[in-house]
Amino acid sequence: MDTSPPDPQLSALYQELILDHYRRPRNKGALDDATHSVSLNNPLCGDEIDLQLRVDGEVIREARFIGRGCSISQAAASMMTQLLKDRSIPQALALADRMSAMMRGDQAAAQDKTLGDLRALAGVSKFPVRIKCALLPWNALTDALKG
Amino acid sequence: MLDAARLRGDFPLLAQRENGHPLVYLDNAATTQKPQAVLDAIAEYYRTTNANVHRGAYGLAIRATEAYEAARAQLAGFVNAWAPEGVVFTRGTTEAINLVAGAYGRAHVRAGDTVVVTAMDHHSNLVPWQILCQEKGATLRMVEISEDGRIDLSDYGRALEPRPKIVAFPYVSNALGTVNPAAQLARLAHAVGAVVVVDGAQSTPHLRVDVQGLDCDFYALSGHKMLGPMGSGALVAKPELLDAMPPYHGGGEMISRVWDDRSTYNNIPHKFEAGTPNVEGAVGLAAAVAYLERVGLERIAEHEQALAAAAIERLTQIEGVTVYGPRDHRAGVVSFTYGDIHPHDIATILDQDGICIRAGHHCAQPLMRRLNVPATARASFYLYNGLDEVDALAGALVKAGALFGYVPA
Repeated sequence: MDTSPPDPQLSALYQELILDHYRRPRNKGALDDATHSVSLNNPLCGDEIDLQLRVDGEVIREARFIGRGCSISQAAASMMTQLLKDRSIPQALALADRMSAMMRGDQAAAQDKTLGDLRALAGVSKFPVRIKCALLPWNALTDALKG
Repeated sequence: MLDAARLRGDFPLLAQRENGHPLVYLDNAATTQKPQAVLDAIAEYYRTTNANVHRGAYGLAIRATEAYEAARAQLAGFVNAWAPEGVVFTRGTTEAINLVAGAYGRAHVRAGDTVVVTAMDHHSNLVPWQILCQEKGATLRMVEISEDGRIDLSDYGRALEPRPKIVAFPYVSNALGTVNPAAQLARLAHAVGAVVVVDGAQSTPHLRVDVQGLDCDFYALSGHKMLGPMGSGALVAKPELLDAMPPYHGGGEMISRVWDDRSTYNNIPHKFEAGTPNVEGAVGLAAAVAYLERVGLERIAEHEQALAAAAIERLTQIEGVTVYGPRDHRAGVVSFTYGDIHPHDIATILDQDGICIRAGHHCAQPLMRRLNVPATARASFYLYNGLDEVDALAGALVKAGALFGYVPA
């Protein structure tokens, strides 16, 4: 049996922080008085997210999600909802752009502190088929805000 | 067991390395790799024989037609078809089932009728029947499965009570590996006057199929899952049923005489083969059949059962791994989950070790709902897989467990 240690790219992909968000998701569950709600799924792999926002004027006051899927999609959703509270809509859309840039392998984006815990997902850029997992909640966000 | 290492030498693609490891291809329920003999047959066809079939008045076209019809006869013999003209070449199982639903189903199913499918059917043996029933105002009845992943025979009996027009089921489940008692199911369905449609996508490559012995009415198969080219496949049917059916696609080749406003149709099987057929696919599929016959279907089935049994034993020794489906009467398909590690994460981790498995719902969403999982990981074996690859699978799963904190790294 091959007992060599896990590939370093894999260890980078499945960091402690990602597994923590996967197993103890923040802001999971329905949001009462949501003003925006978008459900997205990836029919190929079955990842699902239902993102709910309470937007007051131009500001996101609450963000919660219901979802199921792989560690990357669910951790990304958890991390994203942490960041959205009290952000303006333009700020939230700018974060979505930074996230996309990080998934394209942009090193500056991967070190951008405004992405918070999401920086732990920088390793996903090395796994092209998994990028759609990390971006699923962000696609739900842009759909909700650009409606 | 077969000498898998030697057989692997016949498959050029399997010599590749993936992420620095030997390629371990365990996604054979999705598609299979092709032996050199199949690649050669396709190349040889284009080098020496290519012309349009059934219409040429010259020697080359006659030889192309002969190659195409010889492929049909070979496939007919392989599954013990009623007659070569009962073999309609299609793009694969999906098109074959759509042909039955679209031609036979639309002619015979009426409002208030029932069509029966099972909870373990692939979407390709479910969605065509949903479309038909919605169009006709007919009832689609889904037969439940037992906890260990078999067709629930008492529910099957209840489903037959309203005397359904059509009963469809898979011979072998693509998601669980269950080998269904197809002959018994067909007999029960015939007793209430139903026509029986068998999805043979996962059985034809892996066990000796005898459609006359099964006594079904329609049997669908895919070439690419049995070492043949993608886009090849067939509907095998009782000739008298095909003969009485309206056509499916209209076009060239399927007609006899064409007037401004109507046409008469060609004899079977040509009535169902509108347009220029996939001759390359048929020729490649015939070469695949010849290869499988040389190895022997009985030996292939035995080999895969041994691999599946070894895999189930190794995997269930890993704490947190659940294997789905029955423990006996099963083919070389092993569906599993590992704790809370999502199957896509498992597939990504295994891929780093060069191991290809499928992760997802396996085009069987109603089944996944019944298993209470959104997805499973699936390893599926074929004649070129060996016990060394079962070892590689188990070893890589332990690594996945370490990354997710299930076993010490």
